[in-house]
Amino acid sequence: MKIKLNVNQKEKVFEVEPNEYLLDVLRRTHYTSVRRGCDNTGCGVCTVLLDNKPVPSCSLLAVKADGHEIITVEGIQEEADKLGRHFGDEGADQCGFCNPSMALTVYSLKLENPKATDEEINQYLVGNLCRCTGYVAQHDAIKKYLGDQS
Amino acid sequence: MKVVNHKIPSVDGLGIMKGRKAYTDDFAENDSLIVKVLRSPHAFAKIKKIDDKSAKALPGIEMVLTYKDFKRKAFTRAGQGYPEPSPYDKFVLDEYVRYVGDEVLAVVGLNESVCQDALDLIEVEYEVLEPVLDFETALDNKVLVHPEDDIHEMFPIGFEPKRNKAASYHMEIGDVKEVLKGCKHTVNETFYTQAQAHVMLEPHTVNARMDYQERLIIFSATQTPFHMRRIISQTLEIPLSKIRVIKPRVGGGFGGKQAIHGEMLVAYVTYKTGKAAKMIYTRKEVFESSYTRHPMKLEISLGADENGMLKAIDAHILSDTGAYGEHALTVYMVAGSKVLPLYNKVDAVRFYGDVVYTNHVSAGAFRGYGAIQGNFALESAVDILCKKMNMDPIKFRQLNMMKENETSPIFAIMGEGTEGTPMNMETCKLEECVSRGKELIHWDDIYPFVDKGDKIRSVGMAIAMQGSGIPLIDMGSASIKLNDDGFYNLMVGATEIGQGSDTVLTQIAAEVLMTSVDKVVIYSSDTDLTPFDVGAYASSTTFVSGNAVLRAASELKDMMLDEMARIFKCDREDIEFDGVTFKYDDKEMSLIDFSNEITYSEAQKQLQVTSSYVGPKSPPPFMAGFVELEIDKETAEMEVINYVSVVDCGTTINPMLAKGQVDGAIVQGLGMAMFEDVKYTKKGKLISSDLLNYKIPTRLDIKKLTTEFVESYEESGPFGAKSVGEIGIDTPPAAIANAVENAFGIRIKSLPITAEKILEKKWEIENGK
Ligand code: FES
Ligand code: FES
Repeated sequence: MKIKLNVNQKEKVFEVEPNEYLLDVLRRTHYTSVRRGCDNTGCGVCTVLLDNKPVPSCSLLAVKADGHEIITVEGIQEEADKLGRHFGDEGADQCGFCNPSMALTVYSLKLENPKATDEEINQYLVGNLCRCTGYVAQHDAIKKYLGDQS
Repeated sequence: MKVVNHKIPSVDGLGIMKGRKAYTDDFAENDSLIVKVLRSPHAFAKIKKIDDKSAKALPGIEMVLTYKDFKRKAFTRAGQGYPEPSPYDKFVLDEYVRYVGDEVLAVVGLNESVCQDALDLIEVEYEVLEPVLDFETALDNKVLVHPEDDIHEMFPIGFEPKRNKAASYHMEIGDVKEVLKGCKHTVNETFYTQAQAHVMLEPHTVNARMDYQERLIIFSATQTPFHMRRIISQTLEIPLSKIRVIKPRVGGGFGGKQAIHGEMLVAYVTYKTGKAAKMIYTRKEVFESSYTRHPMKLEISLGADENGMLKAIDAHILSDTGAYGEHALTVYMVAGSKVLPLYNKVDAVRFYGDVVYTNHVSAGAFRGYGAIQGNFALESAVDILCKKMNMDPIKFRQLNMMKENETSPIFAIMGEGTEGTPMNMETCKLEECVSRGKELIHWDDIYPFVDKGDKIRSVGMAIAMQGSGIPLIDMGSASIKLNDDGFYNLMVGATEIGQGSDTVLTQIAAEVLMTSVDKVVIYSSDTDLTPFDVGAYASSTTFVSGNAVLRAASELKDMMLDEMARIFKCDREDIEFDGVTFKYDDKEMSLIDFSNEITYSEAQKQLQVTSSYVGPKSPPPFMAGFVELEIDKETAEMEVINYVSVVDCGTTINPMLAKGQVDGAIVQGLGMAMFEDVKYTKKGKLISSDLLNYKIPTRLDIKKLTTEFVESYEESGPFGAKSVGEIGIDTPPAAIANAVENAFGIRIKSLPITAEKILEKKWEIENGK
């Protein structure tokens, strides 16, 4: 069946199976920055913004997204660049598999609560797992990124 | 130093953050065939009959592969130095399945859903066998996990499959029993460590295609591309020259990708059909069908004299390698070789036991590689001994631990499945690590505990060591070339898997060539294009591959100076070069002009050097880990308030990335210490097969990490560096166990250390059990 999505500000029509998840549709149509780390909403790596809210695309049926606005990291390149530089300066990037999803979630936090406290940052990002960094350097980088805006 | 020992952002982080194509699956061909494995529902069974007729008839199904399709040839999936110290006990597909999740057969089809349909249609008849699920009963059990005769070892490793033994080891220095007898204080304790799952966020991923030269091109998320090429070639009998393995960015490994997972099947399919194929493990498959850390039972006896001098260590260890014996012996030996030398003043030490097969998920390489298991047992036992002697545990360690310029006979005896190499500790700053850590954690203010009403604050600590590559076995190499416009390409076999090796190796080259990191373009791990390197394991990259880069860059510099001397018509020694300009007398030429001239105008040639390095020794990094723990008196819920790590890893090539390695490893170690646990049902089926049932630390679990490096310079390392990738994981289990005892007087001897275990023990004590 056909669905209409606005991906990164572009209206597009996708041919999808009724049981297909958004993640698989995006990956097969070359939005490869959205990646899979688990089978059931356990890791956050597949995060996209659905109408500016982070959602795990691995468990969102593509048909459910019909008519909605999707943002992947390709759609927030400037923000990702800013956050990426802070990650670099804090030594917060390691394997990076979690990073694009982190950029999207942090960006959405910025839209919602740019003055987030340490606790609020941790709560907001708790579903975005990282197995490499131990989180501390990431946290420092995220705080600096949020600090830039305010 | 201008570049080395500076906090330089990683060379690749920005592009990755922005979502550029980077990881293995990002490079899969459109419309690759999907390879999907049918996995065993039984812990142990023999396949009697496979009915795959209707599956094969399904439109969109390309083929169904069973053990009958493969020439029977045993191999090991372990990516290790060749010949491997792991038994050749695995077949691509076999008529036996040895754990729940083992490969029964594979279907190959146009897409996931047709593969799934095919799997549902296939009927397999099994002869279900009784499994061996308790590793303490595996040895000489009447049930044999590997009854087949056509498996073998490459050299003696104690492989006795008819006794369920994958490997065994024994060594003794002095007479342990005698020395223990003469000791004033002795302890004898038994510890258990659990299986831990790697949970690298990128699952095992591979894809392949044939190129226009009819060669097999494999993209793989691997830590060992060169070993992979060899193992695939040997096992599938495809000429090595026909295979190219490319390792793109890898989304974490931690040892779990130091092995062949889906690669054999995907390579076979593509080579056979000529069509592109791919396979991505589901998270369930990563848990159920890849690797875990080896669970161990460790019996430790210690003996000390009246002055608190440790006199003897006796370690009898049993390790569970699961269904296949990858890394069985080497992980086992590291539980001794990278733990026991910490206390090098003993008169006698013994280390012995077996690695047994069971019908569990295979155990394999995992950061720490045996050292974390051995460390938990020894560093727990040391604190128990101290309690018994009424001696301060820090004082005890200061008295007994390894010091600079000392050695241990263990280095010469225990190597990588074979004999080791003797070495002196040219750098060992354990004393500084311990005293600085003690300060940072405010030990004297807290030890043993502070009562906070409903809660108790306590401290605990442990010391650790690791290695820097495997001496005389691990080889790394680097090629470096000068381009027109005066920048360099650095090609290394070393395998960046997220640990930052591309950045660190770039820094080393830039330092030698007196340039900045943006003038050195690195490319790593492509078996066609980069020189050989064993890969990312054994904490080898900074030390071994780093030394190779150091050599290659120095030789290229000499080569450039030789050419410059020809142009200036002078001696090489008389030229001054600052990385930008060559000067001799009143003549000068910029590097850019020089590189353009030698490329386009005069006596043109490509300046390029390849160099290799094999370490004659493996200088250990050392560290002291301290935890400040808060425990609820009633519920025994624990919270890590602060974890202090003070590390001697020689020079930190990149202090920021080195800290990242330690922080990340500490958190993985805390996970193992406090909650991560691979759990099975009574029938051997994995319970913890997703991220809801297998919890890894989240950012809510981590309050504060305090990581520092002590001043240290290891002569044999590149710019004074030793390794830092693994050591961070070793101390948390013992430090937490020691902190719990300091708080409550309760000793937990099995991992993970949970509130339930503490409460149970408390109840036992209170009720006189
Ligand atoms: S892939 Fe893990 S949450 Fe979606
Ligand atoms: S950097 Fe590897 S998972 Fe976060």
